[in-house]
Parts: sequence; C-alpha cells; structure tokens
Amino acid sequence: MKKNITILITGVVLSFCFIILYKGLNNPNTYVPKTSIKKDIPIFNAVDFFSRKTVSSDEIFKDNTYYIVNIWASWCVPCRVEHPLLMQLNENHSVKLIGLNYRDSFNNAKKFIDEFGNPYSRILIDKDGTLGVEFGAFGVPETFLIDRNKKIIKKFIGPIDQEAVNKIKLMIK
Amino acid sequence: MFANQIGYYSLILGLLFSFLLCTIAIQDFNKVNKKLNANIIILTFLQLTFVIVSFFSLILSFINSDFSNETVFNNSHTTKPLFYKISGTWGNHEGSLLLWLLVLTLFIFLFLLKSNSQPKKYRILTLLFQQIIIIGFFLFVLTTSNPFNYLFPIPKEGLGLNPILQDPALAIHPPILYLGYVGASIIFSASLAAVAQNYISKEWAQHIKKWVLISWIFLSLGIMLGSIWAYYELGWGGFWFWDPVENVSLMPWLSLTALLHCIAVLERRATLTSWVVVLSITTFTLSMCGTFLVRSGLLNSVHTFANDPARGIFILIFLFVLIILSLGVFFIFHKDNNGNQNNFFWLSRETSILINNWFMMYFLSVVLIGTVYPIFLDVISSEKISVGPPFYHKLIAPFLIPFLLFMALGPRLKWIKSKIEKKYSIIIIFIISIILTFFIIKNLTTNILFYTLLLSAAFFLFFTTLKEFLTKKLNNSSQTIAHFGFSLLILSILFNGILSSEVITNMKIGEKFKFGKEEIFFKKIEERRESNFNSIVAFFEIKDLEGNVVELEPEIRVYNQPLMVTSEADIKTTLLEDKFIVMNLVKGNEYFNVRYQSKPFMVWIWISVFLLGLGGTIGLFKTRT
Amino acid sequence: MKIFRIFIILLLITNFSELKSDEKSDILKNKILKNIRCLICQGQSVYDSESEFASSIKLIVDKKINEGAKEDSIYSFLIEKYGDWIVYEPQLNKNTYILWLLPLLLFLLGGAIIVKKIQKKNE
Repeated sequence: MKKNITILITGVVLSFCFIILYKGLNNPNTYVPKTSIKKDIPIFNAVDFFSRKTVSSDEIFKDNTYYIVNIWASWCVPCRVEHPLLMQLNENHSVKLIGLNYRDSFNNAKKFIDEFGNPYSRILIDKDGTLGVEFGAFGVPETFLIDRNKKIIKKFIGPIDQEAVNKIKLMIK
Repeated sequence: MFANQIGYYSLILGLLFSFLLCTIAIQDFNKVNKKLNANIIILTFLQLTFVIVSFFSLILSFINSDFSNETVFNNSHTTKPLFYKISGTWGNHEGSLLLWLLVLTLFIFLFLLKSNSQPKKYRILTLLFQQIIIIGFFLFVLTTSNPFNYLFPIPKEGLGLNPILQDPALAIHPPILYLGYVGASIIFSASLAAVAQNYISKEWAQHIKKWVLISWIFLSLGIMLGSIWAYYELGWGGFWFWDPVENVSLMPWLSLTALLHCIAVLERRATLTSWVVVLSITTFTLSMCGTFLVRSGLLNSVHTFANDPARGIFILIFLFVLIILSLGVFFIFHKDNNGNQNNFFWLSRETSILINNWFMMYFLSVVLIGTVYPIFLDVISSEKISVGPPFYHKLIAPFLIPFLLFMALGPRLKWIKSKIEKKYSIIIIFIISIILTFFIIKNLTTNILFYTLLLSAAFFLFFTTLKEFLTKKLNNSSQTIAHFGFSLLILSILFNGILSSEVITNMKIGEKFKFGKEEIFFKKIEERRESNFNSIVAFFEIKDLEGNVVELEPEIRVYNQPLMVTSEADIKTTLLEDKFIVMNLVKGNEYFNVRYQSKPFMVWIWISVFLLGLGGTIGLFKTRT
Repeated sequence: MKIFRIFIILLLITNFSELKSDEKSDILKNKILKNIRCLICQGQSVYDSESEFASSIKLIVDKKINEGAKEDSIYSFLIEKYGDWIVYEPQLNKNTYILWLLPLLLFLLGGAIIVKKIQKKNE
C-alpha cells in the first residue's frame, strides 16, 4: 500500500516535470520585458533638443491627444530603418511624436534629422540614458504609445515595422 | 575528408557493437558457467576502440582544419594555435558528446576489467544498463548531433572558436569534468544491477566505493578547473557566480558527496540500502538533467551553447526513460533487507553521516530549486524571475554553521554507539576558534554576527582536523585530509569574500590612481600581433606603502575569427593575495576602464580543492589494499 | 559552560558597531549594482557589465542613493520599469513562496525522517 502511494506520487511528479520541461523548450531563453503594459507616464524633467530649455513631463504631454515616444540615436542603424515609418506616422493628426535622443552628440543628431526629416513635434535630450530608464527602455530604438489618459499602453522593442505602424494606427483611432 | 568517413563509420560500428554486446550478454546471463564470457570484455574493448578512433579522427580533422567537416568549420580556423585546434574538438556540442561516449565506454570497459571477483550476473546486468545509456547517446549523436556532417562546397576558412574558450584551463576542464560527471553513469548502472540481483551489501559497497571516489575526485577537480577559468577569463574576478551552468555541475557533486559518506555506512553496517540506491540513481540523473538543461538552451546563462529544440526533446525523453527505468527496477526488485535489526543510536558515526546527508540534500534542493524554478514559473504563469547569488547565499550560508560543527565532531564518534567524551581539548579548540574569530572580525569593517559564527565554525573544523594530523595515528587520513581541505575551502572563501577590495575607474596612459594603501600607475601601452589576434597590452605598476612594486599587464585582444574583442585579465598570485587587473575599451574615449582587485587567499581556494581531491585519492588507494 | 555562554553573548554585543557613512553608501551601492541583472548581457550583473544600459542604471542608482532612497525602494523602482527579472534576489511574493520555502520545508522533512528512523530503531 505504502509502496503504491510512493509510486503514484513519483509518477505524478515526474509527469508534471516532463510536461513543464517539454513546454519550456519552446520558450525563448533570453529575457525581454513585457510589451503590453498599462502604466502611467513617468514624471521627469528633460532638456529640449533645440531650445535647450528644461521642460517637465506635464508640459510635454499636456495636449489631449495620443503620444508616441520614440527613443533614437544617430549612431543606431535600426533607427534609420524605422525612420520613414515614423515620418509616415507623423502625418496622422491624432498623434504627436516625441523623440528621445539617446546618448548622442547634438551635431550628429542634427545631421540625421536634416538628412532624413524630423517626425518629432519635440525632441528631448537623453545624454546619459537615464531618461530612457524612466520609460523602462534598455536600448535603442524603442517606441512607446501613450493614450489620452496619459498611460503607456504599448511598447515596441527594436525598430518598428509596417505591422507595428498598422497596430498603432488601429489603437489611436 | 578521409578522417571524416572513418570517424562516422566507427560511430556506427560502435552502435552495432552495443547491440551485439547486449545479445551476447543476455545469452551469457542464462548460462550456468561461473565466469563471464571473455568475449564480452574484448567486445567492450573494441567498442571503446571505435569511439576512440572516431574521437581521434575528429581531432585529426581539427588539426588539419578540414572544413569539409561542418563541426570543424563552425568551431575552428586555420590561424588558431595547434593547442586550441585540438581543444576545440571538445569545446563544441558535437565533440563534447563524443567525449561523453568516450567516457561511457571507457568506464564500462574498466569496470568489467576490474570486477573479476564480483558475481557474473551482476556484472552482466551492469553492462546491460550501461549499454542502454550508451545506445541512447549513440543515437543522440548520430541523429541530432553528428560531428561528421559534410559540407560542400568546401569552405576556405572556418568560423573560428569563441575566444573566451581559447584558454588552457578550459581546454582540460571538459575531459576532467566528464570523467566525474559521466563517470557517475557506472555507479548508476552498477547500483541498478545490484538491486536487480539483490546484491546491495557490504561487499558491494566495498567494491562500488572506489568508483564513487573516482567520479567524485574528477568531478571536484573538474568543477575547480571551470571555476579557475571563470576567474581568469570572464574578467570579473569572481570564481563562482551561481550561474545555471555552474549549478548543474555542482548538483551531482553534492549528491555524490552524500553517496560517498553513505557508502561508508553500508560498508560497515549493511544498512541504508534503499538510500544508497536512491543516491546512486539521483547522481547520474542529475548529470543527465544538467546535460539536458545546458544542451537544450533552456537556461539563460553566461555560457552560451548552441541550441536546437530537436536535441532538447531527444535528451528530455531519454532522461525520462532512464528515470522511469531506474525507478521501475528499484520498485520491482528492491527488498529493504533491514530486517537484521541494525540499531541506530543518537550518538554514533551513522547518525553523524545521516546528518551529513541531510545537509547535503538540503544544499542540493536549494541549488536544484533555484536553478529550475524560473523555468517552471515561466511555463506556468509566464512570469520571469532571476534567481541569483543572493538567493543561494541566504539559503546556504546559515546552514553551513551547524554543518561545519557536525563535520568537526562527527568523525570523532564511534560506529554503532558512542559516549559523550569529556574531552577538554575540543572545548579548548572551540574557545580558541571563537577568540581568533573575534579578533579577526574586530579589525574589519564587516561587523556581522553571522560572519562571526560562520568563521568560528570554520575555524573549529580547521583546528580539529589539524589536531588530528598532529596527534593521531592518522588511521583515517583520507577523511581527515578531505575535511581539512573543506574547512580550508570555507575559510579561504570567507576571507576572500570579506577582505577583497576593488575599484573600477577610468584611466589615461601616464595617470596614477590612489586606492587604499596602494597606488596604481598606468605606465604605457604596446601593440602586439599573434596569428589569431591583435592585442593592446597595458603596463601597470601597483606600488604599496613600503614601495614594493608589482607589474601587471592586462590585455585587450581583438580576435580575427570570429571578430571579437575580449579583455584578458592579468593576475599576480602570491600565497597571501592575488592582484587582479583587467581593462576595457571605452567607446570614443582616450581613457580605459580599469578594474583592479586585490583578492586575499585566492590561491588557497584552489589548494583546498586539491586537498579534497588528495583526500579522495588516498581513500581510493586504501580501499584497494 | 555558563562562563562560556556569557562569553558568547559578550562577543556578540561587542561586535556590533556602525560603519562610516560614506563607506556605507559605497558598499550599499555596490551591493545593489551586483544584485541588478543587465538586460543587454543577460548573464551579468549591472556591476560587472560595461554596456550602455548598465552605465545608465549605475547613474540612476547613484542618484537615488544620494537622494537618500532605501535599497528596497530602488529595487521596486527598477522592478516597476523592467519586471521582477531585473533583480537577482527574487522578492518574496506569491510567485516565489515555493522557491524560498520549499528548500526549508524539505530540510524540516529530512530532519523528521532522520529522527523517526533513529527512534524507530531504538524501540
């Protein structure tokens, strides 16, 4: 009797472990933070790219509209890839784009914008990457969609593609 | 080209020999003859030879940089030094599996050779169980990880070996580790055979003990080599990171250590039979489990291994087949012959060994749960967490205190029943340990109650074993040396942890930096060229208060194949402390990021593991005579 | 034995003393950085990593400590941004009860088995 119970328990535990490990095989082993989130936008002060004035987050997100925060840098190759899509998004009037210039030099960033166009209604300087951390970013490029209630509702890690743009357009309708 | 084919067909022949061996062995099993059919040993030898041939043909392909072989193409390059061409053979997935096979077949051959005095049926069953494992691995290699895949057209150049694997310690680490890690397979097979034959007895314990010791010695040394590599090569100055891949090698070690102690009880008292079998099964299961976790890419680790889901599924199924097989054998055949009332008394050597096992199993459960829990949580609830060093420190370190005390007192107890000794020497040693700790901790900034207790316990073990050396007739020298080594290990780890100091700073050439009582001077840099890398060598001088100067030359290497920048630390080792310096390039700046550490008693960590191994080796030779 | 106990107690009392504050904040900072996992080189702590992400985190932690933030509040700040994964020491919550408590339970269970075994055989 006692033996049977032991066998039964061992059997159950083993099957459980097997199923978990089997399923675990399909999971990626590198970590990426969750992209579907509902969080308030962080409160911060930042320096404006052109005017060099310090602005607060309240001021930046004051309009009753959707915002897209895009972290970019002139040295970042994938940023070039997604740039035309950002330009395309900027044509949409129900959304404002905020650029976060990540660990970049002013001249290089300026050149980048002059060459490829400026999709941003405002650019903020993130010299040491700490502003990116406030948003929960860990690299460039990253893109955040903020709704009218000033909540981050979606995050895109890495360059956005046409699919992401369509998704954003759907969400801001 | 030719070597490729020889290697591949030897593997297939090796597999066929497995089936042949099984057939002959089963026939011989039912025959009445008392002695094992001599052909069997010859056949296992031939099988071993085939694996060796296969292994050497892979080495040959590596030496000749034969890029028609996919494994060579993926892991080698013509400009690599010969030594690393050879060590590259087992520095990759396919080659390391060949090494697995090599150890599996080597151990069964040696086992049959050395077990003449054992019952025939037991030997045959051991062979059969081992062949099941061997067949599994042959199939694994041939179906998912063939080391001899052809490439056509033949590439001109290989992709090269990951530079951090181009290191002498890492070149010998896998073979040594596998001798222990895979060597545990023979304990697994033999214990299952013994269960099936109802042969778990004093005689069996005596005979299996040396195999346990061999595995244990190699596993200890193998883990240490891996640790030395991490210390030299990863550039963080640490030697143990509680990384999953490290944990996976530690788990079988813990289980094997428990088994090693438990076998002693079986040898003397013919009791704890079930537990010995469970530990034997557990040890090898953990080895397999580790292989699964590492090779399937399920873990997120510093050590990157190529991963392929098909491989993962194969090992997973194979792992569970082995577990079910072993549990099946255990539940069906095992008779708990504890009817011969062996009394356990509170104060006895047996109890102290049970306590050792108790702690070992606890440490094992901490490491096991810490390693696999994130996987389970991720699958069940999609939550991702990290389980890192603080978790292990919190759960393991406090338990080391009683563990060390028991370790000091246990071996003093007699078998069966012991009396409380009125030995003042123990009390004196205990007081000395506390006083010593008190004065040491007093002079440090780390004023923590916990460290006081832990250090006292470690000193207590240290002095008790030391006293044993000085006074006793050394009738159990292997145990004393091993325990002494362990106390030294804990002491050096503790002192290393408490007294280490380090600084990370940016420095330009010609700059000086004051750090505590020392001054770091960045003298100059020099460029050097080797066949497989270019390097920037920096010259540092560390000057202390008395004006003693130590020169350190860390490097930044730019490897050509694959293109990769690595930092090579430079370490000056003395008996008292290691000085460790490593530097990194800072993008777009003229200064370097310099990390300097002074790590006291570092070398004693390695010495104490050697002492552990020495203790084991002495034990090995003592059981033989 | 009594003298002995008093001795231990004395020892424990004398051994607690406070650290200097700047040393303390440095130790605290390193401790925190070693407990934060780098998202770029995922096998390393932020302390050991030279990635840009790690250097930003180092600045943030430094700033927070200077502002007088407690160790736990720094962790919860980072966890809020990046998830539980970012710290090496798992927080005790509903996801990790089993992780923290199962080994301890097994330890107690093991002890119970040993006690039972010895008592049974002594009867």
